[in-house]
Amino acid sequence: MNLTLYVWRQSGPDEPGRLEQYEAWEITPDMSFLEMLDVVNEGLIKSGKEPIAFDHDCREGICGMCSQVINGVPHGPQKKTTVCQLHMRHFKDGDTLYIEPWRSRAFPVIKDLIVDRSALDRIIQAGGYISVHTGGVPDADAVLIPKADADTAMDAAECIGCGACVAACPNGSAMLFTAAKVAHLATLPQGRVEAARRVCVMTEAMLKEGFGSCSNHYECQAVCPKGISVQFIAKLNREFIKASFKKAGSY
Amino acid sequence: MRFLESPVGRKLVMTVSGLSMIGFVIIHLLGNTSLYYGADSINAYAKALHGLPPLLWGFRLVMLIMVSLHVFYGISLTLENRGAKTGKYAVRENVRSTFAGRSMIWTGLFIGAFIIYHLLHFTFQVIDPGTAASGHADALGRPDVFMMVVLNFRRLAVSSLYVCAMAALGLHLLHSLQSAFQTMGLSSDRTLPVIVRAGALAALLISLGYAAFPLSVLAGIIR
Ligand code: FES
Repeated sequence: MNLTLYVWRQSGPDEPGRLEQYEAWEITPDMSFLEMLDVVNEGLIKSGKEPIAFDHDCREGICGMCSQVINGVPHGPQKKTTVCQLHMRHFKDGDTLYIEPWRSRAFPVIKDLIVDRSALDRIIQAGGYISVHTGGVPDADAVLIPKADADTAMDAAECIGCGACVAACPNGSAMLFTAAKVAHLATLPQGRVEAARRVCVMTEAMLKEGFGSCSNHYECQAVCPKGISVQFIAKLNREFIKASFKKAGSY
Repeated sequence: MRFLESPVGRKLVMTVSGLSMIGFVIIHLLGNTSLYYGADSINAYAKALHGLPPLLWGFRLVMLIMVSLHVFYGISLTLENRGAKTGKYAVRENVRSTFAGRSMIWTGLFIGAFIIYHLLHFTFQVIDPGTAASGHADALGRPDVFMMVVLNFRRLAVSSLYVCAMAALGLHLLHSLQSAFQTMGLSSDRTLPVIVRAGALAALLISLGYAAFPLSVLAGIIR
């Protein structure tokens, strides 16, 4: 199959960017989206042109590096699928595809389709952890956790931190990401200890990094490659309300 | 971080002020239904309300504070959220968000302007003094609110404006009710779809309920 691509090209963070047209020829339906771009890039390199820069690492949908908005939807048209796991069989011969980077003030473009997502790391650094003693490994069943809680925590922990929620949000909010981390830890006994402090400092960090705030459009859940639910945002809000009733300065 | 600096804290203020306004809107709607029972009914209702000035003004003060908070945080959060985006996507598809949700700021501003007009029109009665209830007493010597409402709603331009404002209110509520539950942390995967539908139904009932007053006057049902 042959496709026409309009790809965002930007040589550096402070350079102006623009969409450029490319033809992708002889693409097989079994290729992944990134393999299709590899083919295009080989052509560009052969003709002495600069290849399209894009992020990727595992190519099996678990690392969260791949990050492209395809025809206006982060990670493209296939539900619960990262770009690297999106296959060309979901497109038709002759299709026109617009490929753009995540757009958010907190994610500056580094080059072409690559954005800097370290703002998400700084939200984690603010409070997305639990404090434990190092030393001997505790017995695996020393702390009992109900199955339902373990399942909920695992659902939230599925977040791979790709940032598609931010890219899709009309407000550029990182609420789904932050909520997934807050909910994951607050559901487990080990995370309860610091739950009040965590929700406060993580939402504060989110604001400081220049992310917007959630106004409940739920665009994030719709594009999330892991299908993280907005019920975790409700959970974050509950945790925040609970924390607000605690003595001021308790964290 | 202080409550009012937090993104969640400010949205909780939006929620509480918004819910109290919804409460007012429902009471106001129920009170207005006295229009259907004729002049005597609504004039007596208006007179009773004005018979307790401390209560009336206390209530008005609370509403003024709620509206001000809602407008202030609504505008400042919207501006902040706009600032969090850089550039627009050349192609953009909305997968789940709704027109009602994305146009909250515009329906909100329109409703705000309408409230000012409505207060000047029917509460302070300065827009059209010729029909003002304060200047016309009914048979029992009460300000003739019924006459004022009917005379005004018989004009197509006035009625259309009221109906448009109620359409905007309906759109605004369509998003706000489910949004309020989510912000207060009262929704989950199981309950959110129900809350969204119940909220839509309530939004429809409230806006249709209000729009029915000018339409009933135009249709000659209230006269
Ligand atoms: S490259 Fe790792 S998730 Fe796509």
